[in-house]
Amino acid sequence: MSRRVVITGLGVVAPNGTGIPDFLQAIQNGDSGIRYNPQYEEFNFHCQVSGVPAFEWDHLKNYVSEVTFHGLKGEGIGYAIKAALDAWKDAGNILDAENDTLWDTGCVFGNSVSDTGVIKTIIARVDAKEAKKLGSRVIEQVMNSGPTAYISGRLGLGNKVITNSAACATGSQAVLMGYEYIKYGVAKRMLVGSTEHVDPYIFGAFDSMRVLSRKFNDTPEQASRPMSATAGGFVPGSGAGALVLEDLDFALARGASIYAEILGGANNSGGQRNGGSMTAPNNEGVVRCLQEAITNSKVQPAEIDLISGHLTATIADKMEIRNWIAALGNNGTKFPLTNSLKSMIGHCLSAAGSIECVAVALQLFHQFVHPNINLEDPNPEIVEMIGADALPTTCLKKKINIVAKANFGFGDINTCLIFSKFEDNGKFENNG
Amino acid sequence: MENSKTMDKQAILEELKKVLAPYTADKAALSAINEQTDLIKDLKINSANIIDIIIDAETKYDIEIDVDSAEKMSSVGSCVGVIMEKMYQK
Repeated sequence: MSRRVVITGLGVVAPNGTGIPDFLQAIQNGDSGIRYNPQYEEFNFHCQVSGVPAFEWDHLKNYVSEVTFHGLKGEGIGYAIKAALDAWKDAGNILDAENDTLWDTGCVFGNSVSDTGVIKTIIARVDAKEAKKLGSRVIEQVMNSGPTAYISGRLGLGNKVITNSAACATGSQAVLMGYEYIKYGVAKRMLVGSTEHVDPYIFGAFDSMRVLSRKFNDTPEQASRPMSATAGGFVPGSGAGALVLEDLDFALARGASIYAEILGGANNSGGQRNGGSMTAPNNEGVVRCLQEAITNSKVQPAEIDLISGHLTATIADKMEIRNWIAALGNNGTKFPLTNSLKSMIGHCLSAAGSIECVAVALQLFHQFVHPNINLEDPNPEIVEMIGADALPTTCLKKKINIVAKANFGFGDINTCLIFSKFEDNGKFENNG
Repeated sequence: MENSKTMDKQAILEELKKVLAPYTADKAALSAINEQTDLIKDLKINSANIIDIIIDAETKYDIEIDVDSAEKMSSVGSCVGVIMEKMYQK
């Protein structure tokens, strides 16, 4: 029997909204979460804006024990805990510290680097010859598996517990891995997502690569401009996104309500050949990935109503559009609506894919297409390829059934997921 | 804090409660500690956190607790004993 995989819970910590209700409202309104970042100016970055979630650290006391909270410093771990446990509760579960191990439920949660703030603490202590003052709580926060370890331990998850990392493709790769474990019968339920803490060390290095936005430091909300003629690099973002994925029968048996269904996906690499490199995709690899995802999902390209692009606001945007055209076999007429959440929240690196997947699930469930903001001057080359009508600049309330979501990461890694509205569900009928 | 040389056992035990507080969820057990109280068995403290308690105690009492002494610190009584010993060595 071919299993179906559905999304039953969502959690998010995003620059323009912490928690699903605030985030939903923000992406419908087109609210930017990008602000001036004084630290970046102090450090002489070209880019002096970023997207940092409004996150109250003490709020974590509602999620972890007092003993765990004491000594918890890693910001990315904090984001991950909140997003993941919110998703768990949203799926209709309770936060039980005493439950037995849940052998049917696993976790794939990704990140790109462990918390550099905690790493800095270790380096300072060791260099000051005070290593013995470090204590027991720093390793768990600098191991890459820190977020998954905190999440799975809090919930007692006993199936696969995996920390994935694929640069900017991390989040959607985590979702795909969770989908596959359920699809292939390894797990009944997977808590998936990814996290990223915006810190000056990682983004300082990106700043040095001249890939960050630098011409809109005085107007931060306009700084993230995917697909625009004035796009000049991406805006650092941070946060976490989390989704509870379940075997449909398992979800129905426990009376869960359903946001959307995942029909399939694909993950590959262009091998850093034929134009592909550490930092640029082999276009053939991208097209193959998108096509495989569509084929695996048994949908026709013409059925795709919305593309949730990677679209970061670099020169790669037009290449991405060209690759979608090739993958869909589309001649540019009636190109699917296309949006980039990054216009509102910047590029959250590892967390981008999971936050964008949360946005896709919300768009399918509530039947809308969020706007591309800062697109008053669309790139003429992109308009020539797909037409301006494919690029909504206001929130569209409309019927959408199938959404394709892709992310591409350094190391020439590609991921694409195909989501569908879940039709036969009371939740949709009541709230759509 | 009063002069460390004049602090008696009871005063150190009361101070120790504050050091232990962040590491145990069982506040009732903490308020009822005596010299026999075992940190791991009775206060349900995670064994990895014992090292954090030792580091916090070093800071609080301005002492250094060597590895051999630290290994003795499994009960409230042995903690107080080691802390007093190190304070008088200063």
